[in-house]
Amino acid sequence: MTAFLQIQAIEKRWRSDVTVGPITLDIARGEILALLGPSGSGKTTMLRLLAGFETADGGRITVANEDVTAVPPARRRFGMVFQHYALFPHLDVGQNVEFGLAGSGGPGAVNAKVAAALGLVDLAGYERRKVHELSGGQQQRVALARALAPEPRVLLLDEPLSNLDPALRERTRRELRQMIKRVGEGITTVFVTHEQEEAFDLGDRIAVLNNGRLEQTGTPEELYERPQNLFVATFVGRANVFRGGAARALGARESAVVVVRPERLRFAGAGLPGVVRERRYTGAAAFFLIEGDDHDRFEVLAEPDAAQVGERVYVEATRVITL
Amino acid sequence: MIRNLRRADLVAAGLALLLAWLVIYPILIVAGDAADATAVRAFLTRPGEWAALWASIWISLVSVVLAAAIGIPLAFLFEWFDFPGRKTLGALIALPVVLPPLVGVIAFLFLYGESGFIARAIQAALHLEQAPWRLQGAVAILLVHAYSFYVYFYLFTRAGLAKLDVSMLEAAQALGADRRATLFRVIVPLLRPSLVGAAILTFMTALGSFSAPYIFGGGFRVMTTQIVATKLNGDLPLAMVETVALAVIAVAGLAILRGTEGDDILVALGKGIAPRPRPIRRAGVRRLATVAGWGLAILLLLPHLTLVLVSLVPYGAWTTEIVPPVINLENYRRLFSEAERLRPLLNSLWMAAASTAVAVVLALAGGWLVVRKRVALRRVIEGLLALPWALPGTVFAIALAITFSTHAPLQLRFVLVGTSIILPLAYLVRALPLTGRGILASYRQLDPSLEEAAASLGAGRWRTLARVTLPQLRPGLAAGASLAFVAALGDIVASIVLYTYETRPVSIEILSSLRLSETGVAAAFGVVLMLVSALVLGVGARR
Repeated sequence: MTAFLQIQAIEKRWRSDVTVGPITLDIARGEILALLGPSGSGKTTMLRLLAGFETADGGRITVANEDVTAVPPARRRFGMVFQHYALFPHLDVGQNVEFGLAGSGGPGAVNAKVAAALGLVDLAGYERRKVHELSGGQQQRVALARALAPEPRVLLLDEPLSNLDPALRERTRRELRQMIKRVGEGITTVFVTHEQEEAFDLGDRIAVLNNGRLEQTGTPEELYERPQNLFVATFVGRANVFRGGAARALGARESAVVVVRPERLRFAGAGLPGVVRERRYTGAAAFFLIEGDDHDRFEVLAEPDAAQVGERVYVEATRVITL
Repeated sequence: MIRNLRRADLVAAGLALLLAWLVIYPILIVAGDAADATAVRAFLTRPGEWAALWASIWISLVSVVLAAAIGIPLAFLFEWFDFPGRKTLGALIALPVVLPPLVGVIAFLFLYGESGFIARAIQAALHLEQAPWRLQGAVAILLVHAYSFYVYFYLFTRAGLAKLDVSMLEAAQALGADRRATLFRVIVPLLRPSLVGAAILTFMTALGSFSAPYIFGGGFRVMTTQIVATKLNGDLPLAMVETVALAVIAVAGLAILRGTEGDDILVALGKGIAPRPRPIRRAGVRRLATVAGWGLAILLLLPHLTLVLVSLVPYGAWTTEIVPPVINLENYRRLFSEAERLRPLLNSLWMAAASTAVAVVLALAGGWLVVRKRVALRRVIEGLLALPWALPGTVFAIALAITFSTHAPLQLRFVLVGTSIILPLAYLVRALPLTGRGILASYRQLDPSLEEAAASLGAGRWRTLARVTLPQLRPGLAAGASLAFVAALGDIVASIVLYTYETRPVSIEILSSLRLSETGVAAAFGVVLMLVSALVLGVGARR
């Protein structure tokens, strides 16, 4: 993999006890990278460092081998879609998209670029609409068109879907990914999210941040199946953590901590014993909350009629992650 | 970031110094010079001084009570009950707030004064030898104050009522509270911040009020007129002691009233749906409300209609008749064709424009440093911008007159009194709180990501300012600037202390026309001021 956007030991010190980094990350040309983490993990700071709104206290950012660490946002040529879109309310859709095109050819060329950018996000002909007349999803697409129109080297998205209602989110995730992949041969993109599903659906690769540190980078499958530590294991997807006797009952080595996904547990004739305390029905399957004999609770995902509340069961693991 | 911060902090230090030089330094000089034993003794021993001081205090307090007594019921009437003409009248009776105080005062004079419209009518009807009353002294001042300041209570109470959450009133009713209990246990406590705000504004305005006591006071003196009289008598040390005394009352009054303000929580609690105006069902009550609404509105607007009428009567044409025998545009023709009469108008216009422009620039710089850069001196800058509001205009007029009549460059004192700079400078000081408040409030509401979005799209600092920041600040900027412009245009407090013949503003010309009994010309000037003010404020308030 040849890195297009390189983040080298970048660091931001807010206070002596609140720091982000040092973080090192390479992002390939055309790759979509998700920065995933809980609030306060430093993911927004990372994005703002990339955009140039914050100045790093250490480290370097390079794009195609050009050092941009000290380049101000206006000359960095990074496009950004803000969490609340930051569309200029006093300008119409066309003027918003046109904003970044100042000095890039005559009026004809600019209009063509505006039309192309709006076409890309399926809003052709919306030039003279007022921003506040648009729905949330349309506003988001205008923000995307505006960021893409000046042909930025890197696209940055801050919580791109958090402003949409849940029903719209899933569809928009797929559309957003298609639109990004449609630009040129795919534009190098970094986006911030605190939702694992969003990161999985939209990102090629995910960087998990926690407390200002990079915990792990990888594809969704790598993070889910081979988490490198307990934080990643529990933050990415649902996870049951077993220690001691319970861990050994599931086949772990001495004193190891094991993580088992709910769908990797199943009811059996023998194994880890417990009592079904709750059953949460989701339609296709059900989550069974089991209280083990050591009073630790864990979840099993199984067929809806696999067990009854109050029933005594035995559980075995089909795949364990040993940490 | 660190380099940026340092530069912003340097700019902030410069701005803070400039503002301090404008709004604090002159006050400090007066306070220092006022520490003159003879003058202080004179102030403390003369009964006239104590009387004026006491008069300022009680006139201001009674003005608050009277303004509240008119403004609050009006607000309830117009916010809660629906009757024919509600909307138009509701906007009309807020009109006095947009008018320069001097215009209101002379309008009042022409209507209720001893040679005014009403006195004349009564005199003719009853065949009296003399006018039935003399509108003078404390009663006259209070009448004018009540008439001019009820607007503060009216507007604040209406705004407070409009913010009420109807579900809170419904909750009170569901909990068994009757109307009276709902009013006193729910509505009034919720309105308290609005009412205290109106009381503070009224008290401060009444304390600084100059034109009403100047024109109607006669022998009755309050501090503002006392200070100007002492200054005109040439007793500068005493004038300075009086100025300090007035400033102390203002600050003390402000502090005491602020103390009753209560918690912001009351306002911040809920953002619900305001109660809708109730159509009045009973025909009798409905008629009564309509009559009361129209009657009050006409009563309150009558002075301005009178002003328009008087402005149409040529010099000497109206002597003993009840209605003027001749009506034409002669006064306006003279006003615009005689160079000596047009001059004050042009003076006022350019001085108001210049002071407003500088006040806007300073407030913009202040907003950028305080809100966006969050510089270390942000509290100081914000305080300095707001400070002139807390002190009566007379205090600043005297302070500037003293400070800038001495040549001492090393003390940053220059002779500006007598030049054409001093009046715009005085107007600028008064304009700072108005533009400052408007622009800072707008800046706080401005989403920083808009400016960041502009930057990420390649816009430099000036393009971002012109294309994004200024258009977004426009409502607050326009509101603040139009208020500042109108205040400067109608100013008399600073003008009367600092004007020269060449730079005399409209207000001074109105006073001298009145002195020459050229009431028509004075009224015409008043109408022009009224129209320009209304026009500017109308433009400023447009969304």
